[in-house]
Amino acid sequence: MSATSTVATLPLAGANAIAPREAWGHELVELAEGYPDLLVLDGDLANSTRADIFAAAVPDRFFEMGIAEQNLLGVAAGLATVGYVPWISTFVPFLAKRALDQIRVVIAQPHLNVKMCGAYSGMLTGKTGKTHQSVEDLAIFRAMPGVVSIAPADAVELRQAMRAMMAHDGPMYLRVTRDPSPVIFGPDYRFEIGRAALLRDGGDVGIIATGVQTVRALEAVELLAVEGVHAALLHVPTIKPLDVDAVVALAERTGAIVTAEDHSIIGGLGGAIAETLAERRPTLMRRVGWQDVYGESAPNDTLLEKYGLTPRHIAEAAREVMAARG
Amino acid sequence: MTMTEPGVSPADVAGRPALADLRRRSIEVRRLILQSIHTAGAGHIGGPLSVTDLLVNLYFDRMDIDPERPDWPERDRLILSKGHSSIALYAVLALRGFLPIAELATFDAANSRLQGHPDMTALPGLDMSTGSLGQGLSPGVGMALGARLRGAPFHTWVILGDGELQEGQIWEAAFVAARYRLGNLTAIVDYNGLPQFGWPRADGFTREAPIEDPGGKFRAFGWNVVECDGHDHAAIRAAFDLAETHVGQPTCVVARTVKGKGVSFMEGDYLWHAKVPTADDLARALAELDTLSAAEERS
Ligand SMILES: Cc1ncc(C[n+]2csc(CCOP(=O)(O)OP(=O)(O)O)c2C)c(N)n1
Repeated sequence: MSATSTVATLPLAGANAIAPREAWGHELVELAEGYPDLLVLDGDLANSTRADIFAAAVPDRFFEMGIAEQNLLGVAAGLATVGYVPWISTFVPFLAKRALDQIRVVIAQPHLNVKMCGAYSGMLTGKTGKTHQSVEDLAIFRAMPGVVSIAPADAVELRQAMRAMMAHDGPMYLRVTRDPSPVIFGPDYRFEIGRAALLRDGGDVGIIATGVQTVRALEAVELLAVEGVHAALLHVPTIKPLDVDAVVALAERTGAIVTAEDHSIIGGLGGAIAETLAERRPTLMRRVGWQDVYGESAPNDTLLEKYGLTPRHIAEAAREVMAARG
Repeated sequence: MTMTEPGVSPADVAGRPALADLRRRSIEVRRLILQSIHTAGAGHIGGPLSVTDLLVNLYFDRMDIDPERPDWPERDRLILSKGHSSIALYAVLALRGFLPIAELATFDAANSRLQGHPDMTALPGLDMSTGSLGQGLSPGVGMALGARLRGAPFHTWVILGDGELQEGQIWEAAFVAARYRLGNLTAIVDYNGLPQFGWPRADGFTREAPIEDPGGKFRAFGWNVVECDGHDHAAIRAAFDLAETHVGQPTCVVARTVKGKGVSFMEGDYLWHAKVPTADDLARALAELDTLSAAEERS
């Protein structure tokens, strides 16, 4: 097993918790200074997505479009043709599903520079339930030619990802989560579109995680370490383009892979890794995520427990796949 | 109803193309449409013939554009939201110098810049990709809003089908355009009274109009509304004059048109929405256009 250098993370115990959506609002304000063409278009949700932070600071570049998401995405496309860089403020389901055909025809197909941000991504949507939770957004965007899809692990990575998005020309999707979550990256961390980060190395099993689920995967690595299991953890913030080489290398080193995401096990990270490994390096796998179900409204901890997204579930999947590999 | 119907004078206007010229262009565009659809063996025909005079008027009389610089930032914008009528737009762009006329023969073929529905990544001169009905007005709102933010003087024109007005997104866009008082935006409704299939009338042969009183609906959403005969270049010019100079509100031009206009056996027949003319159909249709242009030359 060749040791590979890992990216440092901050200690989980006593970690500072920041809500990614608030970091998103503040970062928009900072980006606006350097980019006069940055605009924010809102679908009547600014005080939930926290685009209200931007609206207060840069009012002349904030446009309320009302509760009409298909039009919201279409207007963004038109603004992009005139050289503006619209950032979208709405919840994932109303973006990725309500306005899907608009995204396809006037943003993805013409490859326009629109930054599609899905707030309240994943399962933890403040007790709003299945209409507001997103099980299939990564699957949808990943299947759209030319759309870059990013799911950051924490507020630090989110802000860096937004800077990278601003510097990149083309349609992009960004997952933004609602509730405060531990900050795992220090100021030295460097996000790069399409690059995965090895956070822990180990030869017994390889865990691949995306989004905030990476934080729970870090805890799973600690649970496994107590049992003497050396798990590697690869964080994949860019679902597309996928860092195929890093994924294949991890499979080669461990021969047993677990994926972990706050998304359906179909079509998102788990789907992408399974497709990749089936072609490049067939490897036993387990996929931790929503098991092809819609969710419900409940407190966060209850949801994570009931739908199998806790560190314990990730560790259990790791034991299983190791046993299967032998 | 308090819609404006511009007073139409058939007279030519100094400094503008002669009306007879515009009419000749329209006949030429209709010829190219018929030939291209026949050659391609596919495509739409009723809608392109219906929208022909509106496009000719925009590209030869109205819009500030430059075929040498299709991406000139200050050009006027045109979105053909009823994208299935692409061949009419391609024919007009060809006559206007954006592409060789001979290229029309590649319509719908592999590797062609002339895709079945307008693809802005394929052909310079197309301001938006369309084909999924109901979507074109929203990017038009974005362009008009962008023009205002940039302080750019261009006008944005969006052509909608009347069947297309059944799409909900049109009314989302209509609401927001009025809310932002986009006087630099005009929606033109190609009001030919026929969609693709629609509801049958009691006679079993003809079809119901897809939407009643589109002008009244746009007015209710806060738009300035102008009506005109969509096949009379003097009337279209007068309506577009009113649309372009109106401030504080977007304008909707309801252009009364005939689906299949210019070919007697296609006019008003919903079955010609997307039927390919046979060699015989083509010959008869072109002969009718020849008669029209002969009459034009005599007058
Ligand atoms: C969203 C969507 N639904 C259906 C179609 C298929 N379609 C193409 S043309 C057409 C009828 C359009 O009627 P109208 O807007 O009145 O256009 P015109 O009569 O001028 O051709 C339909 C239903 C489509 N292109 N997009």
